[in-house]
Amino acid sequence: MLHEPANVVTGVDEAAAYKRRLGLWMLAVYSVLYLVFIIINVSVPKTMGVMVVAGLNLAIIYGFALIAIAFILAIIYNWLCTRHEKSFETEGKA
Amino acid sequence: MGEIKPLAIVLFLVIVGLMLGISFYTARRARSASGYYAAGGRIHWGVNGIAFAGDYLSAASFLGICGMIATAGYDGFLYSIGYLAGWVVALFVVAEPMRRLGRYTFTDALDAKFNKRGLKLMAALATLIVSIFYLIPQMVGAGVLIEPLLGLPYWAGVVLVGAIVITIVATAGMTSTTYVQFIKGALLIVFTLVITVALCVRGLSTTPDQGGRVPFYEYKTITATQTAEGIEPQDPSYKAVDQYDLKVKDKVTTFVKLEKDGIATWWKADIKDGTITLHETQEVVIKADGTKWINGAPASKDNKLRLTGNLSKIAGEEDVKTGALNPFRFLALIGDPDSTVNLWKKAGFTHAGESVTIYYEHPVPGDTVTRPGQMFKLEGSALDRIDFFSLMLALFFGTAALPHILIRYYTVPSQRAARKSTVVAIAAIGFFYILTLFLGLGAMVNATVNPADNNMSAPLLAQSFGTFLFAMISAIAFATVLGTVSGLIIAASGAVAHDLMDRFGGLIKNERQKVIAGRVAAFSVGGVAILLGIAFHGVNVSFLVGLAFAVAASANLPCILMMLFWKRTTSKGMIASIIVGIVVSVGIILLSPTAWELYGLVPADAPIPFKNPGIFSIPVSFITIILVSLLTKPDMVDEHKLPSSPKSVPAPAPASE
Repeated sequence: MLHEPANVVTGVDEAAAYKRRLGLWMLAVYSVLYLVFIIINVSVPKTMGVMVVAGLNLAIIYGFALIAIAFILAIIYNWLCTRHEKSFETEGKA
Repeated sequence: MGEIKPLAIVLFLVIVGLMLGISFYTARRARSASGYYAAGGRIHWGVNGIAFAGDYLSAASFLGICGMIATAGYDGFLYSIGYLAGWVVALFVVAEPMRRLGRYTFTDALDAKFNKRGLKLMAALATLIVSIFYLIPQMVGAGVLIEPLLGLPYWAGVVLVGAIVITIVATAGMTSTTYVQFIKGALLIVFTLVITVALCVRGLSTTPDQGGRVPFYEYKTITATQTAEGIEPQDPSYKAVDQYDLKVKDKVTTFVKLEKDGIATWWKADIKDGTITLHETQEVVIKADGTKWINGAPASKDNKLRLTGNLSKIAGEEDVKTGALNPFRFLALIGDPDSTVNLWKKAGFTHAGESVTIYYEHPVPGDTVTRPGQMFKLEGSALDRIDFFSLMLALFFGTAALPHILIRYYTVPSQRAARKSTVVAIAAIGFFYILTLFLGLGAMVNATVNPADNNMSAPLLAQSFGTFLFAMISAIAFATVLGTVSGLIIAASGAVAHDLMDRFGGLIKNERQKVIAGRVAAFSVGGVAILLGIAFHGVNVSFLVGLAFAVAASANLPCILMMLFWKRTTSKGMIASIIVGIVVSVGIILLSPTAWELYGLVPADAPIPFKNPGIFSIPVSFITIILVSLLTKPDMVDEHKLPSSPKSVPAPAPASE
């Protein structure tokens, strides 16, 4: 029978705690932005029709921003995590 | 939809041939369990990221969202926002721990910290339930798509998709599935961008003629007077022969049947300030003898419903052609308060032994289609608002708990690669979802929406730019179904062969048996999917996708999050949470107004007034896991006994044959 342990990864992830904290913070930031978007929609829906810039209303600007911010946060998160992992790798080599 | 295009068939065959070729070419890599279930853990993060997009951007995303935006405007785009937001949860919380703890399936990750048979069983069943619920709409979409593309009947489309996908999965498992999804994801994004650019170059027109291919049809309007016998048109060439007052709640809409040159059609009456105006409509009438008539004549290859949707005013001006526009100006002009968009509404009634369905123009100011409100009644009752909140919650929490998404974390060599591939996925999927707004609104104002079925809006919009784009988009839409169904079938086969037969039942004795079991499971699940796809013909696909998201968010996500962030979580708490999550979410949906409509009952009579269960089922599932965990003995394995590494991890070695 193949009742080996499910996990196959070996070694210790020194950066795990840092990445977990960072991930939770970034998730909190994005969740607030997403929650505010939903709250505006359900409580003052007409506000979403207010023109913001270049003839585009708040609904379009906020919607595009939520998608763009997800990508920007993802890039920042990956950069910070990679930098942190590399610092441990450097320490390990030293 | 038009006649079957030879080019569409050729491109369809090329794409199917390409995908089957990849499957047979990569088959040798799927001889080990690791190769079959996780592509050997050797997929590059960039390829995996695009494959994520190919896996996730299902028929519901591509055809469903574009269709919804085409008929309801911004409300459809809210799905795009919610579906993308879910990836943030996947990246920040789920990606790396799942890669660290699991091997082939979602159940592995839970199993790694508990190693309890009951948990293995429940997690595997949750995977199967979510996968099957998600498979059904994909198969329904395949059947609907194949009818206009190849001229085959619905059932043949479902069987064809099932057969191709079973071949892809059974030959090379996750390896072929990954490359199929990679190609499909890349093609989908590139050609969606091509159509968006073409839309902006074409610009906007109050008389869209699909680049000169289809003359713009101007719907007639005539004035009428109220007489003792009823409404009479002032134009003597028309004669009123019948009238029907349709009552929906407190609102009455009057339809008048006018006859001219021996052809009788239904017109919609608008009564304002004592003046009666009759508007030409489109209609589908099923006569007492069962024959189908469209717009006053028998339905035929040449007599179909006209495609609809246009702007009758652009920023206050009539008879305008803007020429090329930049993307922001394109959106701004459609959303201008002084623009008028002609949406189409549907009304149905039975009268004089005939079943009548009428589609009529519904002009609205441009700014109402670029903000929420056409589909979600956000200015309505508290119930409507709670329902909307509930939907957005399920979309946010559902993505990171979909089994066919979670298993893709095991195809890359390390946690770092899992993270990077999720970033690529967010970029690709986010970009695609931004483009859905252009495609949907573009279809809405280019007279490319079938009023009876908005699911084909994106391919029909592509058709307005010529046969090649139509053929390409149709073939990609078909590939979209293949990619997502492949992912779902491999997730389900992993749940059966790896989770249930091996880790729960102890029936697998070596790697070879495990691969064979996976292939047999893929055949079985594929067969079930074909049967369900045929059985669910005509059922709203969005409803079924919503069900899958709600079950995933309610049953799987609380377990993943609590396991990662609360050391007091117990296996019994997780088992209880999975059961409660499934029962509450499925129960609410089965008793909802949407389900009542499917049963042929009056939606208002449904015992539960909500359509989306997330706002109840997700918190209840969390509460269950906390309470049961506090009442039971801790049994989680210490985190420090679970080694992990950010560096490259060697993939499991192939089994010896």
